[in-house]
Amino acid sequence: MNFDFAAVANSADFLWQGFQYSLSLTAFATCFGILFGTLLAMARLSSIKPLNMLASTYVNLFRSVPLLLVIFWFYILVPLISGVQVGAEKSAYITFAIFEAAYFCEIIRAGIQSIPKGQVAAGYAMGFTYGQNMRFVILPQAFRNVVPLLLTQTIILFQDTSLVYVVGATDLLGAASKVASRDYIPVEMYVSVAVIYFIVSFTLSRLVKRLHAKIAVIR
Amino acid sequence: MISIKNVSKWYGNFQVLTDCTTEVKKGEVVVVCGPSGSGKSTLIKTVNALEPFQKGDIIVDGISIADPKTNLPKLRSRVGMVFQHFELFPHLTITDNLAIAQQKVLGRTREEALDKGLKLLDRVGLKAHAAKFPGQLSGGQQQRVAIARALAMDPIVMLFDEPTSALDPEMVNEVLDVMVQLAQEGMTMMCVTHEMGFARKVASRVIFMDKGKIEEDCSKEEFFGQPRGERAQQFLSKILQH
Repeated sequence: MNFDFAAVANSADFLWQGFQYSLSLTAFATCFGILFGTLLAMARLSSIKPLNMLASTYVNLFRSVPLLLVIFWFYILVPLISGVQVGAEKSAYITFAIFEAAYFCEIIRAGIQSIPKGQVAAGYAMGFTYGQNMRFVILPQAFRNVVPLLLTQTIILFQDTSLVYVVGATDLLGAASKVASRDYIPVEMYVSVAVIYFIVSFTLSRLVKRLHAKIAVIR
Repeated sequence: MISIKNVSKWYGNFQVLTDCTTEVKKGEVVVVCGPSGSGKSTLIKTVNALEPFQKGDIIVDGISIADPKTNLPKLRSRVGMVFQHFELFPHLTITDNLAIAQQKVLGRTREEALDKGLKLLDRVGLKAHAAKFPGQLSGGQQQRVAIARALAMDPIVMLFDEPTSALDPEMVNEVLDVMVQLAQEGMTMMCVTHEMGFARKVASRVIFMDKGKIEEDCSKEEFFGQPRGERAQQFLSKILQH
């Protein structure tokens, strides 16, 4: 058996490009997911029935279908609806943002529900409106309580971005697979990207662990 | 100042308030007492609409709580409230706890809010703790900050919902001292409390509640003297025994 890991280094630029895409997809889906997820969580906890039902349906729908299917779906659906060929990379941004929002929503909802009723009452008693109470009293505490969960979800998200490879996007795995079949070095390539995924995910999860301990102390 | 008119409230089929009617005039200190589950906390929370009620109305400074057109946040910003469990915002420093609603609700500048907040903090004797977080203070200290926080909004009336019942005995007095001082300065106050010493000292009137009804509503002289209803007698003999 002869492995040629030097060949991997030859395509470092291309892999780096793929890696950057994976990171930017993760970052975008996290930011949008948290933003939209927060709104969804507020809607799910709202006393306004239709809003509540709409948000619940959304969350239950996306949490009940496989991500891979949703990726295919949007890859085919987005050009069909918009009439524009957006390409695999761009359609993945939309897919992940929309899909992850459902997961972030549930985390943030748990965070909001962890805030004692007395805090909510105290905010209102100060004269805050619903929006102000959310912004200044409830959400800051809710987020602080679920930061480790949000980060863990982001790590999972980072790993899941590799699924976009199936629609031909050039993420880290996509780039690796293209080089692997071009230069016929599948073992070297797949081992290398596995190491990269491992290093990033493992480092992040160690950070989460330390953060968790730190938050526990503050509380 | 506060006029409670025939207020009734139900949780499902269970009636927690039955036809409660009373009044708190400007400058009065009204103490509400009664056994646990008598609805006194619920009653005081209806005054700033933290608890909805199904029947009757409450008029605070001429504004109806039951009227759906009433701007409740605005009304609440004029009514100070102190809770049993203090409810300072744990993610904010003492300074920010004092300043945030002044800035966001009353539109005061940061400087004005800090000036006002720190003066009140000094008044409750905690100026040295301005930069700390609530979790770093004792219960008694937190409750004094909570009183200062409510006062910072220049309330027309202060509501106290069992302000000392979650405190260690040694901390009760530091909070009561602040409340007595406030009462003597002429603040209009409605206090749910079991501190009969406090009631004796500063109350204008005492309300006794039992099973969601206002059973007694009289001057403190009348309440602590004779005669009065049987339930109030039993209650008093129990809490004044030791």
